[in-house]
This record gives sequence, structure tokens and C-alpha cells, in this order.
Amino acid sequence: MKKEEVPQDESCFSHTDMKEVVYAVDKDGKYGKALSSGWEAKTIALNESLDLIEEQLQETIQKIKEGELSPIAFYMESQRMDVVVLSGYVGIWQWKVKRHLKAKTFKKMSDKTLKKYAEAFEISLEELKNPKI
Amino acid sequence: MKINFEHNQSAHCENGVVSNLLNYNGLKVSEPMVFGIASGVFFIYIPFIKVNFAPMFSFRPVPGFIFSRVSKRLGFKIKRHKFNSKEKAQQTLDAELSKNNPVGLQVGVYNLTYFPDEYRFHFNAHNLVVYGKDGGDYLISDPVMPQVTTLSAKELEKVRFAKGPFAPKGHIYYPTELPNDVDLKKAITKGIKQAYRHMLAPVPLVGFRGIRYVAKRIRKWPDKIGVKKTNHYLGQLVRMQEEIGTGGGGFRFIFAAFLQEASVIMENPKLAELSVEMTAIGDQWRDFAIDASRLYKNRSRETDAYNKIADKLDAIGLAERAFFLDLKRAIK
Repeated sequence: MKKEEVPQDESCFSHTDMKEVVYAVDKDGKYGKALSSGWEAKTIALNESLDLIEEQLQETIQKIKEGELSPIAFYMESQRMDVVVLSGYVGIWQWKVKRHLKAKTFKKMSDKTLKKYAEAFEISLEELKNPKI
Repeated sequence: MKINFEHNQSAHCENGVVSNLLNYNGLKVSEPMVFGIASGVFFIYIPFIKVNFAPMFSFRPVPGFIFSRVSKRLGFKIKRHKFNSKEKAQQTLDAELSKNNPVGLQVGVYNLTYFPDEYRFHFNAHNLVVYGKDGGDYLISDPVMPQVTTLSAKELEKVRFAKGPFAPKGHIYYPTELPNDVDLKKAITKGIKQAYRHMLAPVPLVGFRGIRYVAKRIRKWPDKIGVKKTNHYLGQLVRMQEEIGTGGGGFRFIFAAFLQEASVIMENPKLAELSVEMTAIGDQWRDFAIDASRLYKNRSRETDAYNKIADKLDAIGLAERAFFLDLKRAIK
């Protein structure tokens, strides 16, 4: 990549003072650092993945409303976690976390366990029980 | 308390931390030099590990390898600590800072407040340097950021004890016992040898064979898993290639920069020629990313489009094969 070809497209940080370093060659073919404000191809890939997360979240919200999934599923996905990550934060086995995602199990859970989840999501117990969705 | 630490923005976090820490300790090595000595150029496809609903592609060695390889090849030691207790983790950090020793930390990205929201995923192998403390705030040199920044003790604790795969557990590291003179030539030779060995490895999912294998899969994906999933998989490949801190297409250019620098040190003009070739391969990767992004943006349904993009990737695989065979001959 030549220095003048370093992409200066719009991206999620193009309106901040952040720029990324890339390596590119100058007119004499010598390598050095250059700054990029973002690259369209990369932004599209990133947005594609964020869209998928959002789509997934909407599906989950629907399933909560239908009484299939618990609010834990909503907070987990809205904070971009999966069962593995959430299990680490609450200190509960993965297979148990998976059960806690179900509405049926959620109803029977103690406040003590629910508090662990509320702390992991940094919300109140009240919010966990009655999510605004 | 502030250590007189020079912050140099870099393309990749681990290279950057290593290069900046070594510079502070009196060993001047650039980011590309660190990357080359550590054989940072790589490719692996791991279809059975899914990240964010797509198989894993990686353009780099396992996090942490760069530092350990550089230390082995330049002949210095690394001190590492991991903690179960958050208090102990902070005490150790404070103790090192009071000894005027800037340290590297492994952290999770999700709670890094200075990152743009779009980059905040639960990825736990990011690296940064702490170079001082100002009241309750820690002075942070994050190599992918243009300027130094700060994090409160609480914020820093959160990222040091992020959970999930590769959980950092407060991981703190710094170089010790730096040698007076290092044998750069030997280290460069070792770095290059391991790089071509890995890229030419007779294993189906690794190196140039891994790239060609993915190309083959791309032809089949639209029929097998549908266009939507195929596009998502391609998106993942491009993200791994270009994303901040993990960028792989960008890695080809860093490797080319390394070869140029190495050519002077080794007095080997062939390496400079190969640097030009690697630059061309990096440009091919960029072309591939542009075509892939067009594909999933326009949601094209013709399978021919996928064959075309697979052709491009296959050509990259072949080009890398030829390149690393040449590199092998050049270093003899």
C-alpha cells in the first residue's frame, strides 16, 4: 500500500481525534507509519456483525414476550456477552447459566442468585426482574 | 508519580507494548522488527471454534507468543504475574510503578472507556502499558491510541479482571535482565525461519494451505449454509483481517516493513525485493476485503460472485506459497 492510498473513509471514530496506524510505502518505496481515519470495507464488515447482534437481540425480546426466555437472556445479549462470558462474570456453571436463560427457571430463582446477575450487568434487582423491553 | 515513558502509537497492541517497553529499557527495536523477530505473520482457519456465530480465522499467533518469542530470541527475561485477588493485583502494580518500572498489562476490551462503542467486544487479549499514577488515576499508554490516556483505579480493575475466554486475571508483565548487546542478525534469521515453516506447514488448516482451503469452502458455502450465513462468515474473515489490534491484512504490510529493515541489517538485498512482493500480497488482501464487503452489502445471490471471490483468495494462497518458498531460499 502506498502512503497516498491509505484509506481516509468515514468510520466510527472519524468524528473523534482517533486514528489508526498502518504501514505504507512512500514515493521511494520506503516503509513508514501512516494514519488512517478508517476504511469503508472494514466499517461494512463491522456493521454487518453489529446488525446480526441487533437482529438476534430483537428475536430474544420476542421470545421473552412470548414467555420462553428470561430477562437474563436480554441483558446478556445487549451487553454482547455469551454464556461463556456471562458464566465467568457471575461465577456460575455454564450449564446452570443456560437454564437461567429460560423463563420457567427464572421464576424459581432466589434473589441471592438474581443479585449475582444484577451485579454482573450493573443494574438493580428491580431492573433485572422488569426489563424495559 | 509519572515515569518518563515514550508513547509510540502502533498498528497492533502486542507489538506496540513490546516495542515501547524495550525502548524504555534502552533496547531500540521498531514495531515491525518486533513483529518479524516474533514470526508474527501467520494464518489459521479453525472451523470448529465459533466466535460471534462464525468460524474463527486468525492472522496472528496466539496472544502472548509475540513477547515470549522476542524475549527468547533477543535473550532477555520476562517477569509475569497473574492474580486471584484484585487487591494483590493492584498492590503489585503500584509497587512496580514506585520502582519506576512501566509495566505491560493484559486487559479485556469491553470496558475500555476510551474505545469507540463499535470496537467494544468481550475480547480479552488486548495489551497496554501503565506508566504512572496521578492521584487515583493510572496513566495509560495504549499502543493503538494516538495519545496517552488515563483510567481510574476502578476502571483499570474491571478490565484487568474481565471474564470469559483468555481471562487476563490481572496479568502483569515486564522485561528483566536486558542484555548489553543483542545479536539482531541471529534473531531475525530465527524469526524468518519460523515464519516460513509455519506458512508452508504441511497441515491443511494452517498457512497458505489454510488460505486455499477457505477459498474452497467459500465456493460451497452458498449452497450448503445459505447466502446469509456465507456473508456473515466472509464478514468475520474481513474483520479478523482488518480489525483494530488484530488486523491481518495490515499484518502483511508490517511484515513487508520488517523485511525492508532486515534487509539492511542482514546486508541481504534479496529481502528488500521480497518486501516489495509482500507489499503486493498485502494489496491483494485489501482487494479481497473490498470485494467481500461489496458482496454482503449488496446481498448478491449469484453463486458466480462467490466463485470469483474464492478465485481471488486462492490466488493469494498461491502467492503466499511462492513468497515463502522464495524467503526460504533467500535466508539460507
